[in-house]
Amino acid sequence: MTEQGNENFPRRAFLARAAKAGACVSGACAAAYLLYDSKGPVPASKKQQLVTLPDFSVPAEPGRSMCIATGPDRKQTFNKAIDSLGGIERFVKTGDTVLIKPNVAFATPPMLGATANPQLVAQVARLCYSRGNAKRVIVTDNSINDPASCFQLSGIGTAARQAGAEILLPKPTLFAHTTLSGGELIRNWPILYGPFEKVDKVIGITPVKDHHRSGASMTMKNWYGLLGGRRNIFHQNINTIIAELAMMVRPTFVVLDGTQVMMTNGPTGGSVSDLRRTNTIIVSTDQVAADSFGATLLDLTPSDLPYLRKAQAGGAGTTDYKSLKPVIAEVAG
Amino acid sequence: MKIVTVRRLSQVFFFTVFIWFCIVTTQGTRWWQLRGWPVNLFLRLDPLVAIGTILSTHRLYAPLLWALVTVVLTILFGRFFCGWVCPFGALHQFVGFLGNRKKPLAKRLQLNKYRKAQCIKYFVLIFFLASAAVPMLGWAWLQTGLLDPIPLVTRSINLTLLPIVDSLTGTISATPRYYQGACLVLGLFFAALFLNLLIPRFYCRFICPLGALLAILSRFAIWRIGKNTSECSNCKLCEKACEGACEPASQIKISECVLCLNCLDSCKDNVISYQPMPSLAGEVTNPDISRRGFILSLTSGVFAVPAVRLAGKLADNWPHKLIRPPGALSEAEFLKRCLKCGQCIRICPTNVLQPAGIEFGMEALWTPVLNNRIGTSGCQLNCTACSYVCPTAAIRPITLSEKLGLGEFAEAGPIRIGTAFVDRSRCLPWAMDKPCIVCQENCPLSPKAIYTEEVFNTVRDGSLAVKKISALKIETVEKIMQPGKFATGDYYCAAGESKRAKITSNTENSIELAPNAALEKTLGIGDKIEVQVRLQRPHVDIEKCIGCGVCQHECPVSGKRAIRVSADGETRNPERKILLDT
Repeated sequence: MTEQGNENFPRRAFLARAAKAGACVSGACAAAYLLYDSKGPVPASKKQQLVTLPDFSVPAEPGRSMCIATGPDRKQTFNKAIDSLGGIERFVKTGDTVLIKPNVAFATPPMLGATANPQLVAQVARLCYSRGNAKRVIVTDNSINDPASCFQLSGIGTAARQAGAEILLPKPTLFAHTTLSGGELIRNWPILYGPFEKVDKVIGITPVKDHHRSGASMTMKNWYGLLGGRRNIFHQNINTIIAELAMMVRPTFVVLDGTQVMMTNGPTGGSVSDLRRTNTIIVSTDQVAADSFGATLLDLTPSDLPYLRKAQAGGAGTTDYKSLKPVIAEVAG
Repeated sequence: MKIVTVRRLSQVFFFTVFIWFCIVTTQGTRWWQLRGWPVNLFLRLDPLVAIGTILSTHRLYAPLLWALVTVVLTILFGRFFCGWVCPFGALHQFVGFLGNRKKPLAKRLQLNKYRKAQCIKYFVLIFFLASAAVPMLGWAWLQTGLLDPIPLVTRSINLTLLPIVDSLTGTISATPRYYQGACLVLGLFFAALFLNLLIPRFYCRFICPLGALLAILSRFAIWRIGKNTSECSNCKLCEKACEGACEPASQIKISECVLCLNCLDSCKDNVISYQPMPSLAGEVTNPDISRRGFILSLTSGVFAVPAVRLAGKLADNWPHKLIRPPGALSEAEFLKRCLKCGQCIRICPTNVLQPAGIEFGMEALWTPVLNNRIGTSGCQLNCTACSYVCPTAAIRPITLSEKLGLGEFAEAGPIRIGTAFVDRSRCLPWAMDKPCIVCQENCPLSPKAIYTEEVFNTVRDGSLAVKKISALKIETVEKIMQPGKFATGDYYCAAGESKRAKITSNTENSIELAPNAALEKTLGIGDKIEVQVRLQRPHVDIEKCIGCGVCQHECPVSGKRAIRVSADGETRNPERKILLDT
């Protein structure tokens, strides 16, 4: 804009300009008043929007909380196990949204057994739809290796999608902070919370694996894949974190796949010679009990795994799996 | 349809295809991901890539044969590539159009005048080609990619613009991607673009070494722009939008003409045509390369190599943090081929591959290097993507069997890209007596290259005297323990060398023991006991480690990692090996 000087500078123009200048002055003053901060920065606030995972368990039925099924074929063995606990209909109701949390930690092919078996994941998803009449099945994990590669190479991505499930990769926006009431480690820590929103049922699926630090990686350790942030610092106190994870996640049921057990070089494996065939699948509403039995597949006893005792003390389940009177089933090969 | 409309459509088409190929350079099986899309097409069509690698390696790598198409067409028809195909040229033309469209005719004529400085691009070309062909001591390198428009724009889109856009939308990559030093890449890109506001197609006219090469190739073009009659009103309208500043109104500089055909379109009297006959107003066929400039750029190109190599980065002062992806050739050979196009960096599924800065040597700028602090997890064991996408085989295509040393490669063993070293002054179990071994757990090899040694160390203030024993509970004289601290399952109570029992809980002056060790039965009042922590201390088995860096990526000491990979022992440079052959 250009203005031209004039000997008879009109009063009107002067007033208009004065009014604009006044508006700018009051604007500057108002901004200073509104933004005025008398205290300066303070240490980061501890108060944060915290989330809590709801309880996804279903009412207990005596004698129908755990099944140990043996058989060479995962699909048939799982079917047998879930049926002997009342069928998937007992757990998944019409219109439910089900979240499956398989172990998809590593970008390795399914034959190495470092990740949940894709056919087993697909079978669970399929049953949720076909007999549980689920509305939606979500599969998610915060993998250790690159998540997209893990879902692809483990075969879980393709198998789950074919079964109609939806894969949710751990995008940064899906994480929210949580604090476990009574926990000492899970305090204001980010977890993969987004997939749990609007979810009615949660199923954990994981293979039995050797784990050098904690002794064994099974259904409780599987929830490690929900932690975000630099979660590896928890390895300093591995037993407590696994116990707290079991206290944090109350699943509908867990599937512990001991069809093939990783006996050595866990939890990554890397060779078929690390695996031993034990032809067992445990389906349980009590993850502590499932893992207590699972320990025996690794030639361990529950007392070898301190996190089991801690989880029991924290109320996550019982290490005395026999007290649940598990159903023993067998599928001929 | 007007011929310039056809040209614009061609530019839009090739630019779109180019961007599309950048987007699909993403690992995955969806239709918009890398699954056979010819994502290197433009790099292959680029004759500067082919000629540069021929000079440095004396070979024409098979896929680069595509450049022959461009060469032949340029020899016959002139610089059509600049005006019709080049995605960077299209961008320049568009920005130049935006910036200059409102300028008056006289100003535009002045902007589109031929300038003496347009010869600079030939000297840039000669400088780069001379250094690629240095005959001494196998010292040649390939640096054309710094300014060659195709690698430049590929790198700029791949490593800066796409990740910026995708960080807002999150469609291409699930997790945000990072590229160290990317702002320098972006700076060069935008500097080149903004120069169009000064003079249209500034980069093409003054700097572009590919344009210079094509200009030289078009010396004998069968068809060229020129006047078909000497009856010309000399209105100069043909130079109003001349992209190459080749002055078609007077003696046309054939080498500068990018075949934008704006002159053809703006001539009211159809004086100008694309014809076999030389222009009736005369033409200048040779690029303006002065003898002095030629010798100067040639010798500086030749001397630049030994000058930069004075830093010794290819000799004893080799940069040990320069970890190249598996399949990368030996460093000297690698530098003869790498275009710095960033395709490998873009395709890397874990984002561990990064453009190098000059700390690895001037000549390594923007070449691929692993940075295990960035990305989702080191170099993924079952992945060879970068080796397949590399347009010049600087990273040669390797199979998974070769990478892992399986089958016929069992004797050669796996390809090592470096070796991990435990920093015992930072490692939690080594330096701080805290249990950890995340590195061991994540080592993807079987058997693992990281193994552990079990140690029981007495904790600080952990020597105590027994005051009272009741069942499994031992009370101590001292009241100094932090309640619950030793209840993690990693702490033990020891009496003497070999007698030890796990602690299940503790108060400030008592500990509770696990039942099965029967240690309490051997103790008496006043005996000394020690609280010990069970540690598994990691060791790297140097004969197994391949340097993938997963351990370094996962190490919970997140600043300077307590286990770090250095390039020592990498397969590609046998002189850098540590171990004797066994």
